[in-house]
Amino acid sequence: MTNRHFTASVRRAWRSIAARPLTYLTLTAVAFFSAFPIYWSVVVASHDNSALAQVPPPLLPGGNFFANVARVFDTAPFQLALLNSVLVAGSITISVMLFSTLAGFAFAKLRFRGRNALLVLVIATMMVPTQLGIIPLYMMMIKLEWTGTMYAVIVPSLVSAFGVFFMTQYLSRALPTELIEAGWVDGASTWGLFWRVVLPIARPAAAVLGMLTFMTAWNDYFWPLVVLTPENPTVQVALSQLAAGYVQDFTLGLAGTAVATLPLVLVFALLGRHIIGGIMQGAVKG
Amino acid sequence: MSAPVKAEARSRPAPSRPAGHPRPRRHLFDTKISPYAYISPFFLLFFAFGLFPLAYTAWVSLYDWNLLSSEQTFVGLDNYTELLADEYFWNAAFNTLSIGVLSAVPQLLFALWLAHLLNRPLRAQTFFRVTLLLPNVTSVVAVVVIFSQLFGREFGLINMTLDAFGLGRIDWQAGTATSHAAIATMIIWRWTGYNALIYLAAMQAVPRELYEAATLDGASTFRQLVSITIPMIRPTIIFTVIVSTIGSMQVIAEPMLFGAQVSAGAMATGGADRQFQTLALYLYEQGFRSYEFGYASAAAWVMFLLVVIVVGINFLLVRRMRGSLDS
Repeated sequence: MTNRHFTASVRRAWRSIAARPLTYLTLTAVAFFSAFPIYWSVVVASHDNSALAQVPPPLLPGGNFFANVARVFDTAPFQLALLNSVLVAGSITISVMLFSTLAGFAFAKLRFRGRNALLVLVIATMMVPTQLGIIPLYMMMIKLEWTGTMYAVIVPSLVSAFGVFFMTQYLSRALPTELIEAGWVDGASTWGLFWRVVLPIARPAAAVLGMLTFMTAWNDYFWPLVVLTPENPTVQVALSQLAAGYVQDFTLGLAGTAVATLPLVLVFALLGRHIIGGIMQGAVKG
Repeated sequence: MSAPVKAEARSRPAPSRPAGHPRPRRHLFDTKISPYAYISPFFLLFFAFGLFPLAYTAWVSLYDWNLLSSEQTFVGLDNYTELLADEYFWNAAFNTLSIGVLSAVPQLLFALWLAHLLNRPLRAQTFFRVTLLLPNVTSVVAVVVIFSQLFGREFGLINMTLDAFGLGRIDWQAGTATSHAAIATMIIWRWTGYNALIYLAAMQAVPRELYEAATLDGASTFRQLVSITIPMIRPTIIFTVIVSTIGSMQVIAEPMLFGAQVSAGAMATGGADRQFQTLALYLYEQGFRSYEFGYASAAAWVMFLLVVIVVGINFLLVRRMRGSLDS
């Protein structure tokens, strides 16, 4: 009995040591393949086109990065596009954070008729491929005379089913019901409690939701492409214009990619652990 | 000392309230109506810009409705019969299915394995997680631009590598199979890490004792993955299968921009021979290149039906997946 136990624990100890180098090697290889294309885009963006034709191609960044970035701003309306994207992603983020927290608070802590059915509806809408409604949506934008403006990109994305679900999950755990009840007893209105009690408690989850929303809005491509004009684009639309040029100019295209992507990648590298925590938290009940 | 007393006095309006009225008037509005007010922004905006357009698509699909002509004539189901006879539609359906299988199956299997590797005490755990999610932060457009360079015929890094090993260059965009493989690679690269983290989250909820018992019984880590982990996280697997199925039915930016590299300007056909035009791209071509709104709406509804069917089949398949922990 003890003998069997002993050999088992020896074997377990041996295995955990032996498995490690291989695990690290595999994970490092995967990390390399995850990061390499982004690194490669910087390498290409910092050379001129003739350098790319060399065999073997350059594997280290060159000195042309800022010259290529300057060409990006000359070729496409990137300055305007960056401004537009900040405006679009910023307002969508604020709105999604606010409305998701509000609805999440109601679903998590308030009692009302039809609450469960409505919450199921929210979860069901997460699965609906709304992209398929794109033609009537476009017709609506024509009616509203919003085509070509940022309203057309912002307004349809002001709320998110995922956001409501995410905040409901968080607040039902993190917000003590007694705190709300005590507030009522003291004569505070629910609306007042939302601002003074719920929002401060919701802040960490709302921040994660905000980062995820900002990333999604910043990276959105298809709908802005449909509804905006090449003269007044978002970053992704402007980037696709660069890439679809008549001449295959990879240094230009990848310099544009770097301008559009690197700010987000840098923010992610700094705040990534919180975003990952949020994704994993949101996934558990999924 | 005096501050808390003052605060308490302020927050208790009870003395000024007449006896016999235990609750102030605001409470009725507050308890009965305000919850609806709080959830209404979501539902109003979602119905207006999400659900209504989807339903209205069905209405538009019954008309010969072109943006450029002022009249819309009711044609019944003509758009649907025309669509089902359209070989480009079926070509797009085949391409969507092919790219979907080529991207989703390896992606989810690979994600499962990665999560399994990450689900143990590791140094630099955060570093690996952040790096794995890096592709997901990159926009679709950026991904296609980068991979179009990597898959380029003349100066692409992949062809240069193949050449160096004497394997010969591949014109990735020209063939059906090769272009599908290239597009699937982009999708796999962008989504594997994300799915791995979702699996990892589910795996961390599996009780440790199960693994300890299995280790004592001499089960290998692979055996533990198959017999413990996968059955325990099956709800999460079903979830990711459904989400990736819906996702692969909507693939559009990859073929659109990969095609832009082939023939500048004409982006909607998905290659010269439509070899990688997906259903979503076909919808875009009909709706926003030809402005045939009625016809494109019919395509959208058939796509919706296909999504439901394929999700249903996948759901049944995954639910049937046998696990040794099942009763």
